[in-house]
Amino acid sequence: MYEGAIQDLIDELGRLPGIGPKSAQRLAFHVLSADTTDIKRLAAALTRVKEEVRFCSTCYNVAEAEQCRICRDPRRRDDALCVVEEPKDVIAIERTNEFRGRYHVLGGAINPLEGIGPDQLRIRELMARLSSGDVSELILATDPNTEGEATATYLALMVKPMGITVSRLASGLPVGGDLEYADEITLGRAFEGRRKL
Amino acid sequence: MHVRRLELVDVRSYERAAVELEPGASVLIGPNGVGKTNLVEALGYVATLASHRVSTDQPLVRVGADRGVIRCDIVHEGRELLVELEIVPGKANRARLGRSPVRRARDVLGALRLVLFAPEDLALVRGEPEQRRRYLDDLLVARQPRMAGVRADYERVLKQRNALLRSAYLARKVAGRGGDLSTLEVWDHHLAEHGAKLLTARLALADALAPHLEEAYRLVSAGQGKAVMEYKATATPTSILDELASVKDEEIARGTTLVGPHRDDLLLRLGDLPVRGYASHGESWSYALALRLASYTLLRSEGIEPVLVLDDVFAELDTGRRERLADLVRDAAQVLITCAVEADVPQSLHGNRYLVQPGEVHRV
Ligand SMILES: Nc1ncnc2c1ncn2[C@@H]1O[C@H](COP(=O)(O)OP(=O)(O)OP(=O)(O)O)[C@@H](O)[C@H]1O
Ligand SMILES: [Mg+2]
Ligand SMILES: [Zn+2]
Repeated sequence: MYEGAIQDLIDELGRLPGIGPKSAQRLAFHVLSADTTDIKRLAAALTRVKEEVRFCSTCYNVAEAEQCRICRDPRRRDDALCVVEEPKDVIAIERTNEFRGRYHVLGGAINPLEGIGPDQLRIRELMARLSSGDVSELILATDPNTEGEATATYLALMVKPMGITVSRLASGLPVGGDLEYADEITLGRAFEGRRKL
Repeated sequence: MHVRRLELVDVRSYERAAVELEPGASVLIGPNGVGKTNLVEALGYVATLASHRVSTDQPLVRVGADRGVIRCDIVHEGRELLVELEIVPGKANRARLGRSPVRRARDVLGALRLVLFAPEDLALVRGEPEQRRRYLDDLLVARQPRMAGVRADYERVLKQRNALLRSAYLARKVAGRGGDLSTLEVWDHHLAEHGAKLLTARLALADALAPHLEEAYRLVSAGQGKAVMEYKATATPTSILDELASVKDEEIARGTTLVGPHRDDLLLRLGDLPVRGYASHGESWSYALALRLASYTLLRSEGIEPVLVLDDVFAELDTGRRERLADLVRDAAQVLITCAVEADVPQSLHGNRYLVQPGEVHRV
């Protein structure tokens, strides 16, 4: 145990995902020995992210305004909507340049082991968007793992009666994987070859 | 396929040990408790990512060390492949194939095809159905490594579905409400889909295996009775959804999934009688050995030449059966045999002899 500020910093860093006690200690001492201006910039970025970044009121992607950049863009198609689990998946799909429609970020996937059901996700908000009638194709781009597949099936069953075409990214994505780790080519191909559900 | 070299660092009783092996028969000789099984257990771990003796990783790491490493050089069709596994109890294993680390340890499955018989296998015939399901599933993966994915997918869906049923069960018990079962239909579909794949594969395997079992038992038993296996399923591959529907109320009342390959069993009979509960010790032991030998001869008949491990087998057999078993394994690509008394292994089985001493192994 160190005392005072340095231990506080180690404790805080240690609470971040993927950071164990050893890494927390290494990071904390790095901060201590680094340039003051660099650390001030980091501290400012941390504060700003909580103050300025919020969730888009339409798609729940991260945004700096009421709506995110994609929802504000008039050149994007309104008739195609792509459903993803997390904001990072939006970035991954944007990198492929295959999709010109809009997004909807669920905030996770159905996962009973973690107590996550439809009510814990932005599914009601999705249904409200779909009932406006603008969307004719819904693309389910949840992760290709057990929970992502279950979420896709759940949404497909709900949306079917609305007469909207529902498709799922084609396989070729490694099963059991995360969307964000798929490389652009694989993900792009998966997008192109999406299959109807 | 054969293992050219096995190296252990902080695994079981070995601080650091290496042994060079050759194709054909190798006999590992040493007194009780010296570390013979520890060696072949490590090979089994490389092949299946599990020990045949314990279900957690902690006992595999040498007492006093915090991680163990198994390195294994495998020669297959003239090419050499190095597999390295780092076992850190409580954490995910780290693995390397050749020079490169793999993303998941599961990716090393298939690098070493191995059939291992050990005295613990008596539980195959005497134990719970789970042991026999694991026997089939391990063999499925040895035949087709991609089945590891099918098995993992099914288990994950099952866990999720059970969690959902369990939460509904608790909601009902505690709050008197039904709980949110709106996604149950989805889990039903996925359970049925993955379950059908697993079940179809198991059924085909049981069919293919049956004649090999009959022949292997004839060989290693004293010659009474015929060994028969029959897969007993809770549903057919196409009826899982219907069967789930028919037990739905009971599942909600009990908070667990009652239909699917995780509830199936492999019935083992000797003549008309079940082995479990009826067979003698000797018959049960021979039956367990025959199950492993059947795996081995099935894989060979399909062009896969697995490494065979026979842990403590010869001491249990009389002279006639020793000779018959030696005949069966004589032309194996590689067979590793452990014994406490060298004389128990027939002289006619040529090959290298190794002396196992505490913490080390030497060729003699
Ligand atoms: N994690 C561990 N750390 C240190 N020693 C261990 C560990 N696990 C097991 N051992 C030791 O290994 C020995 C058992 O080795 P093993 O089971 O390989 O014996 P064996 O040669 O197969 O004997 P037998 O002929 O009786 O089957 C025991 O003495 C045990 O104490
Ligand atoms: Mg032993
Ligand atoms: Zn938006």
